[in-house]
Amino acid sequence: MSYVRLKIAVMAIAFSAAAAPAGHAEILAIRNCNWCHGASGQGYMPAPRLAGQRPQYVAAQLMNFSSHARDNPFSKMYMWGAAANLSHQAVHDLAAYYSTLSPRAANDGDRALAAEGWSIYQQGMPDANIVACVVCHGPNAEGVRGIPRLGGLAYSYLKRRLEQWGEGFHAAAGPPMPGIAGKLSQNQIEALASYLSFVK
Amino acid sequence: MRGFDAIRTGGKTTASSLRRIDSKPRHDRSKRRISGAVGFALPIAFLAVAFAGVCRASDANTVAVGGIQAKIAYCKDCHGPSAQGYDGYFPIPRLAGQQTEYLENQLRAFIEHRRTNNIMFNVAHALSPGMVSALAENFKGLNPRPIGGAPTQFVAQGRKIFQDGVPDANVAACAACHGPEATGSGPIPRLAGQLYPYLIKELVNWGKERGQNPTKPDTSAIMSPVAHSLNKSEIEAVAAYVSYLK
Repeated sequence: MSYVRLKIAVMAIAFSAAAAPAGHAEILAIRNCNWCHGASGQGYMPAPRLAGQRPQYVAAQLMNFSSHARDNPFSKMYMWGAAANLSHQAVHDLAAYYSTLSPRAANDGDRALAAEGWSIYQQGMPDANIVACVVCHGPNAEGVRGIPRLGGLAYSYLKRRLEQWGEGFHAAAGPPMPGIAGKLSQNQIEALASYLSFVK
Repeated sequence: MRGFDAIRTGGKTTASSLRRIDSKPRHDRSKRRISGAVGFALPIAFLAVAFAGVCRASDANTVAVGGIQAKIAYCKDCHGPSAQGYDGYFPIPRLAGQQTEYLENQLRAFIEHRRTNNIMFNVAHALSPGMVSALAENFKGLNPRPIGGAPTQFVAQGRKIFQDGVPDANVAACAACHGPEATGSGPIPRLAGQLYPYLIKELVNWGKERGQNPTKPDTSAIMSPVAHSLNKSEIEAVAAYVSYLK
């Protein structure tokens, strides 16, 4: 697989949209990524940062969008269409490409809540039956294999994802995340999202 | 180890389907309990009213059903919907079918710093003794399929080590203590179906993780020379073998 070739393709398409061969669904979809997720994959609202994300996670999510398993409002609005015509190879290549970009931390959470977020992430709250996120997502929230990186994602994205599991948008996440997120209070969600937005 | 990804994706589907399969019998069981109790409900209601004060006093010593169910769900958030284990950033062991005596001893070991693990220290601290035995009893009764995923090429070598030991390294047969089916007994843990990466982590780090409180020597000392005498490839082989046992 050629990261370089793909990167060149993505860049070329991003900067010369008019030159993209019309009607070629896969290439149009690649160009679409950069419109919302940024040319360096750092994300904009409401599209999350893809740079440095676990490739297995990105690939799984693209397949979840295309099968409509991930069904929150923004997914329906943007990603169902974007992922509709991706081939298996395109999914694989896109996931591999974004995983090679260096992520920057969003740093956009509430600093006053970060300490509480750290405590929930690293230690959990055993009395409230809330598990420690670190066990699966890793000491620096870097993720592993198909378990996503959380470190440095935007506060608003992290907050929305944690809220949505509690609201019934479950389909794309197997256990345990819907159950865990459903037990978090609004304040705990904001604390976690704040802490994680600062993690490099 | 990175090659497990495809298997893991499959494992997730299995995990969610297991939860679905799981939840039905759980409902049925509670229904049965309710219908069985109907005949007694009325007299019990009278008794409850009559002895309300007495009952309230005894409640303090029992584990509320909601309390234990919520705690089981909490354990399963990490250890898997059927307690089959989960390979997160750190491998999280299978608890299903585990010996109750072993499980209870490990939860005490975390609290007494015999076994070092910050996460499990916090978890175990929040458990009452009644809760610990109720959890151990619950996990003992579960029997999900092993999650698998270990490399298969050394399974035969692992079986040989498990059944015959490594005489040259003075390692006795694992089966001698853990049983021919690796189901364990009393304080000796079940190994059958345990996570491959977890087994390796424990065997490699035995002397750094277990028996860490010199004032409280424990049964982990029995395994110390064994873990020390096995080399890396022998550990991987025997871990692969037991990880597939049902």
